[in-house]
Amino acid sequence: MGCMSTPVASEQTQVDPLGAELAESDQPWRTIVWNDPVNLMSYVTYVLQKLFGYSRDHATKLMLDVHNKGKAIVSSGSKEKVETDVAKLHAAGLWATMEQPS
Amino acid sequence: MKAWRRQDDAILAGFEQQEAAVLRGLVGQLEDMLAARAEEAPQDELAELTGIRTGPTESPDDPVLSRLLPDFHRLDPDNPSSEELDSAAAMRSLHEPELLEKKVGVAKTVLETLPRDGGPVTLTLEQADAWLGALNDVRLALGTALDVTEDMPDELPEDDPRSPHLGVYHWLTWVQETLIQALTG
Repeated sequence: MGCMSTPVASEQTQVDPLGAELAESDQPWRTIVWNDPVNLMSYVTYVLQKLFGYSRDHATKLMLDVHNKGKAIVSSGSKEKVETDVAKLHAAGLWATMEQPS
Repeated sequence: MKAWRRQDDAILAGFEQQEAAVLRGLVGQLEDMLAARAEEAPQDELAELTGIRTGPTESPDDPVLSRLLPDFHRLDPDNPSSEELDSAAAMRSLHEPELLEKKVGVAKTVLETLPRDGGPVTLTLEQADAWLGALNDVRLALGTALDVTEDMPDELPEDDPRSPHLGVYHWLTWVQETLIQALTG
């Protein structure tokens, strides 16, 4: 988490309000997976590998973030892409939402 | 039953009669709940004309269904922004019919491949994935109904009304866990 925070912070130093607004709406959307007490750690890892083609190591790291920090950003991109990702995660039973950082 | 095992491209296990009855019962109930929700979808002429299905815009009141069919945005429970509410409603309406169809589909795969009286179950890898999804849905439903927490004990006090159901929940967890092991091991 927080891997995209640096460019955002520098954009906010812009003085031109219109420019800042445009930059904000260009931010990629994020797919978030939230921790829940039912989904098994092995299952979350399996689903992330299967749906996104992530390596076992990467999927395990994301799963551990969900487990330990309560959530993880599992993908990002255009609104349409992220919406599709969330729909796939819902089909697998994971608690996923989408957001656009402001 | 013994743990699932893999033999080439087949995933195998055997179920006792009682185990098959419990799992078929739970999956059947879940399928009924999902089918009832699908029937609540608004019928309109435009949808029939275009073939584009639309689902309800609001999250189900029932906590079990609401966990199985989550919102697309994390809404502030006290003060959700109207922009996010509108967006979540539109996305639910667009995606829920397909989500219900997928969940009913994996439930049907379990009912078709698990003999009523128990016995050997042989799954293709694709069917095993459907089973994983259905087992997870049933665990989500039961876990929500039992108000399961992350540090849930193996057993509850005998006078706790949830006590008998918790054994079933833990058994389902084991069935799902060993299925993942068979698929990935």
